[in-house]
This record gives sequence, structure tokens and C-alpha cells, in this order.
Amino acid sequence: MAQALGWWGVPLGIIAGTFRGSVPFLFVSLGECLTEKSGKINLGLEGTLLTGAMSSYAISYLTGSPWLGVIGAGLAGMALGAIHGWLSQQPRVNDVAVGIAMIIFGSGVAFFLGKPFIKPSAPQLPTIDLGNWSNLTQVQAALKISPLFILGMAIAFLMQWFFKSTRWGLYVRAVGDNPDAARAMGISVFKVRMVSIIVGSFLAGIGGAALSLYYPGVWTERISSGQGLIAVALVIFARWNPIQCLYASLLFGGARSLGPALQSVGIDWGYYLFNAVPYVLTLAIMIITCSPKRRLTGAPGALGTDK
Amino acid sequence: MFLTAIDRYSWRKSLEAICIPVGAVLVALIIFGVFCAVVGANPFGVYGSIYKAAFGGWSAWQRTFIQASPLMLSALCTVLPARLGLVIIGNEGALVMGGLGAIAVGLSLGESLPPLLVQIGMAMGGMLFGGIWIAIAGALRHYRAVNETISSLLLNYIAIAFLNHLVGGPMRDPSSLNKPSTFPIAEINRLGDIPGTRIHYGLLYGLIACIVAYILIQRTTFGFAARTAGGNVRAAQIAGLPVGKLTIIICFLAGSCAGLAGMVEVAAVHGVANESLNVGYGYGGILVAFVARHNPLASALVATLLGGILASGGILQRSHDLPDATVLVFQGLVFLMVLYSDSLYGRFAFFQERETLPSNLSPIE
Repeated sequence: MAQALGWWGVPLGIIAGTFRGSVPFLFVSLGECLTEKSGKINLGLEGTLLTGAMSSYAISYLTGSPWLGVIGAGLAGMALGAIHGWLSQQPRVNDVAVGIAMIIFGSGVAFFLGKPFIKPSAPQLPTIDLGNWSNLTQVQAALKISPLFILGMAIAFLMQWFFKSTRWGLYVRAVGDNPDAARAMGISVFKVRMVSIIVGSFLAGIGGAALSLYYPGVWTERISSGQGLIAVALVIFARWNPIQCLYASLLFGGARSLGPALQSVGIDWGYYLFNAVPYVLTLAIMIITCSPKRRLTGAPGALGTDK
Repeated sequence: MFLTAIDRYSWRKSLEAICIPVGAVLVALIIFGVFCAVVGANPFGVYGSIYKAAFGGWSAWQRTFIQASPLMLSALCTVLPARLGLVIIGNEGALVMGGLGAIAVGLSLGESLPPLLVQIGMAMGGMLFGGIWIAIAGALRHYRAVNETISSLLLNYIAIAFLNHLVGGPMRDPSSLNKPSTFPIAEINRLGDIPGTRIHYGLLYGLIACIVAYILIQRTTFGFAARTAGGNVRAAQIAGLPVGKLTIIICFLAGSCAGLAGMVEVAAVHGVANESLNVGYGYGGILVAFVARHNPLASALVATLLGGILASGGILQRSHDLPDATVLVFQGLVFLMVLYSDSLYGRFAFFQERETLPSNLSPIE
């Protein structure tokens, strides 16, 4: 690729990587955003992502229908979400600890059930080819957009509207900001959080399907490489705003492709350091915007408390 | 009469503190047994194998202890800040940085000093690097109100990227082809085994660290100050406690424990620094800390239990034809159940103090 295009391969590689790499980030971060808006944190989405990737790949292989796989991934995510939602709301149970136990449990289930599916190749999701105007195969390959990306974008705008303009969105925000007040309004904090966490995990499961059925399009045990945990940072980066989750996903996806894109033109130095760019950026933004005197704008009031 | 009330209180409460976690592990075993039966393995055979691989005989215990020692150290990285009310999950990053600190000292000292001094130097290097790593999270928490859970999570990824960068380039031993690694430390400087065993000295580091942490938190004024600040920051500030200093010192100590775990992995197990540093002892340590309810002594026990589970991975594959991820499923189930069991304290009438009338007072007739 790089030989034919020379230095143009770098921006093209980044664009291609941004579209491909941002899809799982988009779904997981939207799921985490919904979860955190209700006042609970779900670190276990890493396990959900792996379970989603495994189940979609297995279902796609067994039934021959990748879309069935996507739905299966969402349902598998919901099952894990139900465990997390119920457990993390028991008295004296810390949601961070449950999340880490769920990473271990979720990845255990995914690796256990997914072992027979590492070798066979499953039918992949179709792509929307936006690059057909170009004669260059590299450009065509870079602009193969997944329909999941379009879907994720739609969900981001939908979620924004949901939080802002619907009664149910208000319930979620109320429960996340001030559970006591929400209770006084007659809202069931338990139910709202349960639903938010389960729907969030459904989205994270679909993010897993994007990994195994779109890009990189295989099922291995190292497929998620921490993307589920990164989503937690991404949501903070996006200030708990679904539209900004979309932008942040593009940025994080792009940053991940920086190293490989430079490598393709022979620059090896700093390959791994470029991988760390999103985390350094998130940390820097937190340091700049946090202050002992007030909370982060957009941060749900009950997040990280026992309420 | 007052004393008997205390006595009665304490034995019922102690019984509760033993029965609830043990019950949780039993329930996890039952669920795991059902899981095994569903996938077609004999649950009792699997239980037997896990027990035999983890705790059946001296060589099994030795393997368990080797797995447990980094877990003990890494657990303290979450345990200590928890007494201040902080949730630190940067264990993996501190462990990796500690490993890098240790290898840097080990390689630069080479064979210029007696092995014991080099080992001490490596331990110091590991503790310093790991300590600074978590102290950053503590300082950001205190001065900028940056959430310590998130910042320590981010620091994990930054540390891992840093490790990959160093072993992939600047510190790479060109002869390490399949798995990029640093140059190895001199054979003579490696941390040996406790005489008569195959367990390296890391176990002693872990046990001593847990005991010291317990004494520090429970038996010193420093620990008392930390617990006070953890109970109520505002009250501690009004009482004149230096909350900022406490936060940074505790976080430094916490990180240095995880850093020491990294040093042990480098100096005793691998002899080099590579991606094997980042195999999950950090995240395992977080779970140990929560399951032990942030008690350093209980952490040593829980780490041994988890070490046993980890040590049984291979045998399940060999003798039951189960994938090695079976251990992950089991581990996840045990921890989920133990975490859930925390909510059961106080729910069973049997464990509650009885309201009995003192015998010398006769009821009103």
C-alpha cells in the first residue's frame, strides 16, 4: 500500500483506521455513557466486549448470518449486564470491584465457549463502499464503511435526544445526579439503573460484534486489547455527552491507527507510544478541567458514590 | 454484664465473618460444578483436580505460593489507599513500572557490586518507580480533584505502552526474537529460592509487606490518621491532619508494594522485563483487596487462595480436556459470589447480638 502511494499512505491509513477502529469504541462508549449517566460505572464492559465478539462470531459461523450474530452479541451483553446491574446495586457492594470480577468472568466465558471458533472463518458483515469513485484500490479499501458505524452514529444522536427531550431520559439523569431526589419523585432508582446498565451492555455487545465481524474480523483471545476499559476514559473525555462520544471514538480510533500508518512508510519509532496518546490526552484534559472546587461539567452527581 | 455482652457480640460477629465468605465460596463451587456438568465434565473430578493442583501436597503448595507472592504485593496497592477512602486500580501499571525500575537498576549495576546490594538496589528501584506512579494519582486527586480510579486506570495503559516501547526499541536485546525483551540481569543477581524449596524470596517480601501494612494501618498514629481521614476528610482537616501529605504518602507506599511485585517478577521469575509483566497480577490484586475487605492480613490469605486457583490452570486442560479459560470462569464466579456476600452481613438473625435480659433482673410479673 505504502509503496504505491508513498507518504499519502499515512493520512489514508489514518482515515481508514479511524473509520474501522472507531466502531467498537463508539458502541462501547455509548453503552458506558448510558450506564454512567444513571450513576453507576461498569468496568466489566471489557468482558462484555469479548463475549459479544465471541458470540457474534460463533453465531455467524453456525448460522451463516452475520446480522443474527450482531443480535446474539447484544443479547449476550444484556445477560452480563443483568448480572452487573443487579450485583452492583446490592448494599455495600462496590461497582468498581464487581466490574473487575465481571471482566474476569466475561472473558472466561468468552474464551471458554469461543475456543472451538478460533480456527474457522465466519461470514463477515457487508460493508458500504464509499470509495468507488476512485480508481485506487487503496482508497476503495480505506472507505469501506461498516453499516454498524452508521447505526452507531444514529444511536449517538438518538441518545442525545433521549437524554435531552424525553421523560425517560430525564429519569436516567435524575437517578444519576441525585438518587434521593429521584426517589422522592417516585422513580425506582433500582429499575432505572438496571435498565440503563442492561441496555448499555447490549450496545457494548454489539461493539464486540464489530470487532469480530468487521475489523479486524477474526476471533482471537486478544481481540479487544483493553478497549472496553478504555471506553471508561473515553466517556470522561466526551463529558458524558453521546455526540461527543462519537467524536471521541473517531479520535481514539484514529490515534490507534497512527502507529501502524507510520510503520507502513517505514517509521518504526514510537509505535507503542502512539498507542498511549488517547490516555495521555484524557489524563491531560482531566487535569486541566478538574478542580477541587467543583465537579466536572456533565458528570453525574452520584457517580462513584455509594448512593 | 457489659463484658458478657461484648463477648457474645464478638463470637457471633466472628462466626459471621467466617461463615459468609466460606458460604460464598461454596455456592460458587456449586455453580461452577453445574457449569462443568453442562459442558460434559465430571464436577467432582474437576474439584478434585483443582484441589490437588493447588493445595494437594508440597509441590502444589510451592506452585501456589509462587503465584500468590506478586498477588499479595499487588493487592496492597488497592488496600492501603482504600483506608483513605480512595479506590486505586493502577496496580498493573505500578507493577510494570516497578519491573522497569528494577531492570534499569539491575542492568546498570551489573556485577559491579555484591549480589545482595544489587538486589536491594533493584528492590529500591522497583519501589521508587511504582511508588511515584501511584503517588501521581494521589497528588492529582488531592490537588486537582481528578478521580483517582480513572487516573490510575489511565496510568496503567500509559505504563504498558511505555514498557512495550522500551522493550521494543531502546532497551531491546536483539537476541530476543519471538518476545521482545530487555537484556537479562546477571544470573548471580537473580533472586534465589528460599532454602529447601522452589519458592523464591518474593513470598517473604509479600508476607512481610502484608504484616507491615497491617501494623502501619492498625497500630500506629500514622495509620490512625489515615483511617480518620478516610472516615471523614472534612473532620480530619479541621482536626489539623495533613490530608494532602497523607494521601501522597499512602499512595506512594501502595504503589511501591506493586512496584516490588514487578521487581520480584523481573528478578526472580523472568530475569528480563517483557510483556510477561503484564499478565493480570495487577487486576488480580484489586480483586484480592476487595475480597479481603481491605484487610492486609486477609489479603495474604485470599492471595494464596487465588494463587492456588491460578496454579491449577494447566491440570484442567491436561486431565479433563477443559480449555485453560475454565480457571477464569471459576475465578470470576468465586469473586462475584464473595463480593455479593458482602451485602449479606447483618441479614441473618443467628449472627446478631441477642437482646437477653440479664439474669439478675427478674422479669416484671
